[in-house]
Amino acid sequence: MTQVGTRFDALDALESEAIHIFREVAGEFDRPVILFSGGKDSTLLVHLAAKAFAPAAVPFPLLHVDTGHNYPEVIDFRDRLAERLGLRLVVAHVQDWIDDGRLVERPDGTRNPLQTVPLLDSINEHRFDAVFGGGRRDEERARAKERIISLRDAFGRWDPRKQRPELWNLYNGRHAPGEHVRVFPISNWTELDVWRYIQRENIELPTIYYSHQREVFRRDGMLLAEGPWGGPGAGETLELRTVRYRTVGDGSCTGAVESTATTLDEVIAEVTASRLTERGATRADDRLSEAAMEDRKREGYF
Amino acid sequence: MGAAIQRDLLRFATAGSVDDGKSTLVGRLLYDTKSVLADQIEAVQRASVDKGLATPDLSLLVDGLRAEREQGITIDVAYRYFGTPRREFVLADTPGHVQYTRNTVTGASTAELAVLLVDARYGVVEQTRRHAAVIALLRVPRLVLAVNKIDLVDYDEAVFTAIAKDFAGLATVLGYPAEQVITIPVSALVGDNVVEASANTPWYSGPTLLEHLESVPVTSPELDAPLRIPVQYVIRPRGGSSSDAAGRPAEHWGDLHDYRGYAGQVAAGTVRPGQEVLVLPEGLRSTVTAVDTADGELPSASVGRSVTVRLADNLDVARGSVIVDAAAPPTVTDQLETTVCWLSDQPLRPGARLLLKHGTRVTQAIIGALHDRLDTDTLTLSVPERLEINDIGRVSIRTADPLPVDDYAVSRATGSFLLIDPPTGNTLAAGLVGTPLLLSED
Repeated sequence: MTQVGTRFDALDALESEAIHIFREVAGEFDRPVILFSGGKDSTLLVHLAAKAFAPAAVPFPLLHVDTGHNYPEVIDFRDRLAERLGLRLVVAHVQDWIDDGRLVERPDGTRNPLQTVPLLDSINEHRFDAVFGGGRRDEERARAKERIISLRDAFGRWDPRKQRPELWNLYNGRHAPGEHVRVFPISNWTELDVWRYIQRENIELPTIYYSHQREVFRRDGMLLAEGPWGGPGAGETLELRTVRYRTVGDGSCTGAVESTATTLDEVIAEVTASRLTERGATRADDRLSEAAMEDRKREGYF
Repeated sequence: MGAAIQRDLLRFATAGSVDDGKSTLVGRLLYDTKSVLADQIEAVQRASVDKGLATPDLSLLVDGLRAEREQGITIDVAYRYFGTPRREFVLADTPGHVQYTRNTVTGASTAELAVLLVDARYGVVEQTRRHAAVIALLRVPRLVLAVNKIDLVDYDEAVFTAIAKDFAGLATVLGYPAEQVITIPVSALVGDNVVEASANTPWYSGPTLLEHLESVPVTSPELDAPLRIPVQYVIRPRGGSSSDAAGRPAEHWGDLHDYRGYAGQVAAGTVRPGQEVLVLPEGLRSTVTAVDTADGELPSASVGRSVTVRLADNLDVARGSVIVDAAAPPTVTDQLETTVCWLSDQPLRPGARLLLKHGTRVTQAIIGALHDRLDTDTLTLSVPERLEINDIGRVSIRTADPLPVDDYAVSRATGSFLLIDPPTGNTLAAGLVGTPLLLSED
């Protein structure tokens, strides 16, 4: 057996797989779009897309379903990255859907579950036929059975019993008008792979991923920040803590973790030693029920 | 830390029959390699208590969908991830009893190694033969037989030896050289020989399952095969981005007006600048001038690497073309002799008009004669009128466009294809060019 050429380690293999997926979709679909929140997984996606088509520009726009419950530094980062790569950024503001009555604010004020309708409406409006997402199969049990290219019906629904078998690297993205596919180029990456690759490639991330001082309050074991979504309730008090975020989401239900990790090395050391999955630690909406993610996927959420 | 660690990736599949404890074995691998985190363990402990169990049921770590938990079965292929300091693993966990061909074919199609499970009390059973036949057909390079529940036969060496011998015979019939097959006595429930060597099996001196997975050479038959790169996309910057992924200005790439690169993943062999190539099915000849990546030019690129190839001549190359070694081109033909694994509820009959996806090209296809059907239980052949779900058979296919194909046994990427139902778009079959599994006719 000959081993020719430069070394090809696990991260190289994952990168090549993701690039292959981006190019397949560019070759077979008319109107792909990358879901981009400014979070680390979608930033990684955009980086991989840029590598897949270099030296040409990425041939897709970006779509952000904006809950309005943001951290300003993330929105600033989002806009700068889109501008640097010369990519069109489509923003669907959940607030617009609430303002015109298509959506109603939930009693708990959380907007993550409200993203599904603006996402599906935007897909219809812009006639997107392939939607790239940063979902990974290691995140949660229901995602472990997700395909890399996953067919959604006109209602955006995922039917786990009707998934097409995914063989070799021959992806079948055929779909009827009105249907679309979700595409997950980093399906086979773990959280640690993502961090190691971000370090290797020196990918810039929003500053909230690194340790900083922030006023937070404790709710259901999570450290939540005050924002447009509200603040501490009865019996909850704000206190200054040294924290960082492991995921970027709706500020009303995305918790910070106490951390002194200010560099990528320190973040990786922390992730390696961590005893909680990123979703389990910091996303209240995934803890609602054991089947929470499966239910939301069936409804057209990522 | 971090950047200094260079681990490779092993993709493997697990297959087993009902109740042989595969979910528990996979759960054990994840648990003992500390790939299961506190919140997931807590969820499993809660669920185990709710089910009235005394110890945590590790299989609950891997049964993902609600229907699966309710019925206590696994329906679909699930992908698992774990790593050790030596290697990272992508595990395709393939359930055995419902749509077993579909699931096993799916898992095996990307695997470099397959772990088959048997129950030590029953040994090699019909379903083991079926799974092994499908895995061999798909040319998974290495086999592991995990003889599970070895505790339930009181760690009896004679029982293990008999099963190992039985399996070695099966592997030989399926064409596996002895050095690519290993049998390991394990207890997923207790943990014997999964990650830690067991004191209960002093008569076994081989590696534990994890030790074997960590140390087995990752080999790909395509490494030594002639060059094949299916062209996915033609890269022609027009204006281009103001900077690339690494933030470097576009000038880094030189004058882009004349840049024309063919993007693809090396499917077989190695590509180098200076190499003589053919572009098929067009039959155009040229020379590779550069092997580009976003990080710069490479002196060579082998199987699995995504690259952008530049050629000396301005050719009309498009998605669907294949760049190949000029000295060893594949056959270009519209008459394919194939083996298909039928995955659909609607049967396959001669005369059917379908779509065929090969590499990066989709073309129309008409099914010709059905030559024979493989009985995976007895490993014998019979002549069918049609192929039903889970059937494997030899089929002639005529295609609208000529395709550059290799025998699947030589190159999996250029010897494989999908059959697709035109009205629904559903994937009907996994196709292999040639007859990868050579069995004598009974």
